[in-house]
Amino acid sequence: MTNDETKKNRIARRRSRSSSFRHSVIRISNLIRHSNFEFRHYPPLLALLTIALSSCSKPSHVTIASKAFTESVILGEVASQLIDAKGVDVSHRRELGGTRLVWDALVNGQIDAYPEYTGTLTNEIFANQKIETPDQLQAALAARGVIMTAPLGFDDSYALGMKEDAAKRLGITTLTDLAAHPQLRLGFSNEFLDRGDGWPALRKAYGMTHASVTGLTHDLAYRALDGASIDVTDLYSTDPEIDYYRLRVLDDDRHHFPSYQAVFLYRADLNDRAPKAVQALRDLEGKIDQKRMIAMNAAAKIEKSPESAVAAGFLNKTLGIEGRSMVAGFWQRLGLRTLEHLELVSVSLLAAILVAIPLGVVAAQYTKAGQVIIGVIAAIYTIPSLALLVFMLPVLGIGWRPAVAALFLYSLLPIVRNTHAGLLGIPLAVRESAATLGLPALARLMRVEIPLATPSILAGIQTSAVLNVGTATLGALIGAGGYGQPIVTGIRLDNTRLILEGAIPAAIMALAVQGAFDLFGRLFVPRGLRIQKPQ
Amino acid sequence: MFDLLDASKSFGGREVLSGFNLHVEPETTTVLIGPSGCGKSTVLRLMTGLLRPDTGQVMFRNEPLTTANLLQARRSMGYVIQEGGLFAHLTAGRNVTLMARYLGQQPDKIQKRLGELVELVRLHGELLARYPTELSGGQRQRVSLIRALMLDPDVLLLDEPLGALDPMVRFDLQTDLKQIFQTLKKTVVLVTHDIVEAAYFGNEIVLMRDGRIVQKGTMKDLVERPSEEFVGRFLAAQRVGVGNSNDPSRASGRANQ
Repeated sequence: MTNDETKKNRIARRRSRSSSFRHSVIRISNLIRHSNFEFRHYPPLLALLTIALSSCSKPSHVTIASKAFTESVILGEVASQLIDAKGVDVSHRRELGGTRLVWDALVNGQIDAYPEYTGTLTNEIFANQKIETPDQLQAALAARGVIMTAPLGFDDSYALGMKEDAAKRLGITTLTDLAAHPQLRLGFSNEFLDRGDGWPALRKAYGMTHASVTGLTHDLAYRALDGASIDVTDLYSTDPEIDYYRLRVLDDDRHHFPSYQAVFLYRADLNDRAPKAVQALRDLEGKIDQKRMIAMNAAAKIEKSPESAVAAGFLNKTLGIEGRSMVAGFWQRLGLRTLEHLELVSVSLLAAILVAIPLGVVAAQYTKAGQVIIGVIAAIYTIPSLALLVFMLPVLGIGWRPAVAALFLYSLLPIVRNTHAGLLGIPLAVRESAATLGLPALARLMRVEIPLATPSILAGIQTSAVLNVGTATLGALIGAGGYGQPIVTGIRLDNTRLILEGAIPAAIMALAVQGAFDLFGRLFVPRGLRIQKPQ
Repeated sequence: MFDLLDASKSFGGREVLSGFNLHVEPETTTVLIGPSGCGKSTVLRLMTGLLRPDTGQVMFRNEPLTTANLLQARRSMGYVIQEGGLFAHLTAGRNVTLMARYLGQQPDKIQKRLGELVELVRLHGELLARYPTELSGGQRQRVSLIRALMLDPDVLLLDEPLGALDPMVRFDLQTDLKQIFQTLKKTVVLVTHDIVEAAYFGNEIVLMRDGRIVQKGTMKDLVERPSEEFVGRFLAAQRVGVGNSNDPSRASGRANQ
């Protein structure tokens, strides 16, 4: 195999998920890259028909996840590439979501490992357990079937920082020093200003008496520091801006802030299933210090290098391992995401059509039941998309299934409503004509009423499909992939190019779906229903 | 063929028919006539089973119409309404043959029957390829008539079949319809509000008012022996019998001019 092919296969392996559809997606994407294969020769619908919902994952496969911020994604990449280098089949579910979601996914076995912070564990996940020592923490984790590595070597806690030159001039290195300079102007993020363990507690702990304290957004704070309109701000101790703006992080000499040491959490059963993967995570213990993490964050956030490339560079430098940046080329990424997105949209739409048309028929037949049906479905429709996605998580877990389920629920209303309206819109005289011919009720429905309502039903399906293309981008928030993936990443990195990489294809797909349905309508709606009455 | 026995029907508390009795002889043409809202269409809809009487009974071939025999009974009835009631998604030809195809009749049998009817109803055969919206009002009514006759029913029920047509088209169709009724010897029940049309078609004219029969008989009976003052007023309102009240042929004369 050529190098290029090896790389492709690795990409494929990393991307591969459990269902056979996923594998066909990968096969297709490889075909696209390998040959003169063209998309249009492989109707996506055919691919969709091959969907098998077999979700039992291969026992040797390891799934790493990361939270939806840059540092977590980099750590996830580092772990995935290291595990991959040990020859273990691994995939990385980037930016899976917030702490609660990723933790639940780990405990439920949908993922095998992810990077976490000790402070988050004690203050958030086990907030009600009063954990004070590392042993207590290990025990609490073990009770949930989770093991924690030793600290990776850096601490991502709250800290205060000021410009290096100003700090030098005033001789400030610690928070105690800062307390001795009450003339300095402090500008804090609003969250830090308000949190009980933020500024109010800090002021008390160090007896600070600063008069000028303002609240502003985090991004603005760095610029304000640079423009010398404030002197001190709060930051996370691994923020890349620390380097970029030449800031000095003041030493928390009274240990006021809780410690947020980075660790990896992994499932206890991973030891049996993939001991090499556990070994890889263990290899990272103590290997990533504050400086390295800040540099990696800066490379990703400020220089806008892909996280995977940043991770590969780190592995190469510190462990001497040929970490392979597994970032796919633009067209391959686009192809994969298009298929993922199409899959989300069409599977949910297909299911919605199968359910919504009969519901619409029932609603048109029985007035009372109709009110209930449409009322319930309209109520579902009013649930905000993100909330609906999150409601799905406890039932369906993360990824593809909850996304399809949520999209399915959203697709119901336009189709049910249009089926209902289309059937009720048939003139009484026409319905009675069908009855007086002696056609039984079902034949009337199938041969007369539904065909007459076709334009309306089709318009409902079209509405659902177009809305679905847009709503499916939110699926990326719960790990369902699709065009939402670059959008989520782009928002996180404040990278417009990445946002557009998801938004433009999504818009094009919406237009294409719109056009496809128009064409479909022209081909399949009987001509008699398309001619305007000459009156 | 039909017997309505003491039938009554109310809509939203308003009684449209009360204690209504009517006997329809086979192979006759009965015309139901009366002012708007007199219940004449309701009688026809009771006969098709589109409505069920609140009290009383509707008998078809001496048997009460029930849910069980309704579908079968309807296949012995052809029903034509004012707007034709054609199915917009089907061509005229497929509108006409829908029921025959549903019943699984042989295509050549269907084609043969269609050929006969196109001739009988005087419709250009190529119009069968058009959709209802591509046909004129008169053409639509002819198609609707073919659809009603397709299964060769014993009964034709027509509810203001010519009501929406302009006078010339209407005249042609009246002439053709009468020809068809005479040729086919079917039991015909026709609803109209036009006394001239009633006189032209009907062996028996049933004049209705407020859900009851005012008078039943030939046109001659109505003109010469009105059962009550309303009969004279109804006829006079349509200029029948005015100035020449003893000559009912004037009524049909207008249709024939």
